[in-house]
Amino acid sequence: MNWLRQPRWSPYLVGAGIGVLSWITFGLMGKALGTSTTLVRWAGLLEALVDRQHVTANAYYAKYLVSEPAVDWQMMLVVGLPIGALISALLSRSYRVERVPKLWEWRFGPSRAKRYAWAFLGGALLLFGARLAGGCTSGHGISGGLQLSVGSWLFFAAFFSTGVIAAFVLFGKEGRNHV
Amino acid sequence: MFNVAPADQLVLGLATGLAFGFLLHRGGVTQYRVIVGQFLMKDHTVLRTMLTAVVVGAVGVYAMQSAWFTEAVGPVKMHVKNAVVLANVLGGILFGAGMLLLGYCPGTGVAALGTGSRHALSGVLGMLAGAAVYAEVHPLFYGKIQAVCDLGKATLPEVTGLPPWLLTGALAVIAGVLFSVLRGGGTAAGERS
Repeated sequence: MNWLRQPRWSPYLVGAGIGVLSWITFGLMGKALGTSTTLVRWAGLLEALVDRQHVTANAYYAKYLVSEPAVDWQMMLVVGLPIGALISALLSRSYRVERVPKLWEWRFGPSRAKRYAWAFLGGALLLFGARLAGGCTSGHGISGGLQLSVGSWLFFAAFFSTGVIAAFVLFGKEGRNHV
Repeated sequence: MFNVAPADQLVLGLATGLAFGFLLHRGGVTQYRVIVGQFLMKDHTVLRTMLTAVVVGAVGVYAMQSAWFTEAVGPVKMHVKNAVVLANVLGGILFGAGMLLLGYCPGTGVAALGTGSRHALSGVLGMLAGAAVYAEVHPLFYGKIQAVCDLGKATLPEVTGLPPWLLTGALAVIAGVLFSVLRGGGTAAGERS
């Protein structure tokens, strides 16, 4: 069982695995892989702890929390993600605490507060974008891509090209030597 | 109370998430440097993984749409999202900028929580904030963006009139060429984890 302990598998093997996982979710569960809707549900449920009325009166939240089950298949998928990754990391002994990534430190210094602040902002920006677009790298990128969906391929082209431009603006060509 | 889906749905969702999270970690895409390395066009692990997933997935999912499969096994539902062109593009631009800053997407960021990435937790909290802000502003402007160009649940086979197997085949060829031309992130062996 040596392969279970390898820290990295070929990206083609992993990609094929995700593709076959999609066959199973489409064919046996009637679902498509996705993540970002769950973050809307979590945000809404957390807000509802404080002001339930505000959440149920918001048409966008109500669509995901009132018209549909608030706790559903995809929410459990998202709960499973870190557990599955943890199992893989433990089996392959590659669990590593990372607070400030080396590449970030090279460019922006060792400050944890600075890294956490920008990670927070990046997370906020990307989820806002995902909800505007109607999906993220799983819902649009993988599930939409494999269905040859027009909107999903537009999303893919837009996020990938923006990411590349932003990467060269922020890290520069020299950043390539620090990956 | 808010409703909860039937237990079998929850168990299947959890099992799917366990497998997905395991695969994302083994693929290396729960690592900040792999995601940012892709955007710096240095490590093409993300492209290799995603394009392989899309091609393999398309073969199976479109095979399930074929007449013989439907007859032999039964219909399999598609889950195509609406192509709201301006929303897809603007959302994609914000997503790309955010993904570069965070170094994760929603799926890989949540998965990275299980691998020891502490800054990913800050990113996930940011995602919750982004979702909350979006929920407040969506009713104010989404209609205007949607009005510009909404193609409905459009797929490439419908728009081009070409059969899915041809488009999938073409995509496989393009992916194969990219995989052989691009350098970096191609093999599991010899890379540090």
